[in-house]
Amino acid sequence: MTIKGKAYIAGVYEHPTRNADDKSLAQLHAESAMGALADAGLTKDDVDGYFCAGDAPGLGPLSMADYMGLKLRHMDTTETGGSSYVIHVGHAAEAIALGRCSVALITLAGRPRAEGMATGTVPRAPVAASPDAPFEYPYGPTVANQYGMAAMRHMHQYGTTSAQLAWIKVAASQHAQHNPNALLREVVTVEDVINSPMIADPLHRLDCCVITDGGGAIVVAKPEIARSLKRPLVNVLGAGEAPKHQMGGKVDLTYSGAVWSGPAAFAEAGVSHADIKYVSIYDSFTITVLITLEDLGFAAKGQGGKLVADGNLISGVGKLPFNTDGGGLCNNHPANRGGLTKVVEAVRQLRGEAHPKVQVKNCDIALAHGTGGSLGTRHGSATVIMGRE
Amino acid sequence: MSTVERKYPAPAVNPEIKPFFDAAAEGKLALKKCAACGQIHHYPRAICPFCGSERTEWISASGRGTIYSFSVMRRVPVPYAIAYVTLEEGVTMMTNIVDCSLDAIRIGQRVKVVFKPTDGGPPVPMFGPA
Repeated sequence: MTIKGKAYIAGVYEHPTRNADDKSLAQLHAESAMGALADAGLTKDDVDGYFCAGDAPGLGPLSMADYMGLKLRHMDTTETGGSSYVIHVGHAAEAIALGRCSVALITLAGRPRAEGMATGTVPRAPVAASPDAPFEYPYGPTVANQYGMAAMRHMHQYGTTSAQLAWIKVAASQHAQHNPNALLREVVTVEDVINSPMIADPLHRLDCCVITDGGGAIVVAKPEIARSLKRPLVNVLGAGEAPKHQMGGKVDLTYSGAVWSGPAAFAEAGVSHADIKYVSIYDSFTITVLITLEDLGFAAKGQGGKLVADGNLISGVGKLPFNTDGGGLCNNHPANRGGLTKVVEAVRQLRGEAHPKVQVKNCDIALAHGTGGSLGTRHGSATVIMGRE
Repeated sequence: MSTVERKYPAPAVNPEIKPFFDAAAEGKLALKKCAACGQIHHYPRAICPFCGSERTEWISASGRGTIYSFSVMRRVPVPYAIAYVTLEEGVTMMTNIVDCSLDAIRIGQRVKVVFKPTDGGPPVPMFGPA
């Protein structure tokens, strides 16, 4: 049993707002949902499967089905932080393949800016009864210093440099200048990144993603429905997911769960690295991209620095164009969860609907990858490979 | 070194892990070892994460280790160093590096345990120069 060819991404939407002082959380979810359904040419009454994660208000699918007036026969609330929505694409394809639903709606939204969250530099209060919290929270783990430890170890073990990491931000900024909705549209240099204030060693401010309000949605449909619509056909070819954690104290911060989710997705899709024309890689921090690209097999372990340097991730310049919307580093990181927008930009590329300045030529196969949680403690990795028919 | 002391939040102690913090209050670093598979794990659990046995027992660690990785949090009122320290017993634990210059910390550095008071809770193990 495989999901290959059993489901299509029929609609995508990225909410244009980056600061939603005047909107509620449920409203942002619903506006995103309606946007993706309109993109597909469907209505809310076509939806019979709904997917959401921990950012959804109230009791998730119950609250949102109530708010939007949905009649459902399938629900999935897999929660792995920012990678949840990449997992949801795979799970939606599974549900459709099994006939559990015909049109699956995935939504994400949040308003960390409006709520004034110090997202990356203040320890987040532990989720109730987290078994790890008594052994971590007293030490002040923030998002930034946890990823900082991963970067520090990678540098120590493999000689990765701040300049190499900076190239990831440089490439994102080159792309973001063409995105009118991007929070940060200014093109930056390697020197700009290295000279920006140190947040948590060795990560500078410009190694960190943006904090934005907003949201997004994805509609996955069964083949008969997708083929009846007027949008380009984007097929879900393969998916993989895996948690990675501290392994009972055998901590290794130099790799991510992408070492498992990636090969699973490639195997199901039946494609090779040379077939991938574009990648959306979760970019909470520059180091997230470097470690992920190694783990997905685009570079040998420890060689990611060479892969990302010298503009190699810039569309039209390098060999591996990535995050052509500007990614989380420059464009958008709605709800502190960047997985959904990774899928959205990959679909734009496959449809040929990315900005002309960043559109990859003959983009027929693309990969989107999410990393939710923290590279420094525990995270959920999710990879999805999609193809244009 | 900062002249302002950072307040350490208290750990939320529950019955499963209370012996760890009771030991900490006596200045001892406790670990859990599985009597079935012989492996030591951290953070401590009633059920061994390696073999699933419930035959886990508390042991005393030497308190000596080396820094596996660290990061100094700079954009806060009182900068501090979070770290993972690999103990002589083989497990790696999250901690803070204290009682030294934050700019002198290095991966591979030898450190030893010290216990620091928390804000209304039991002390927690941190590490300083060996």
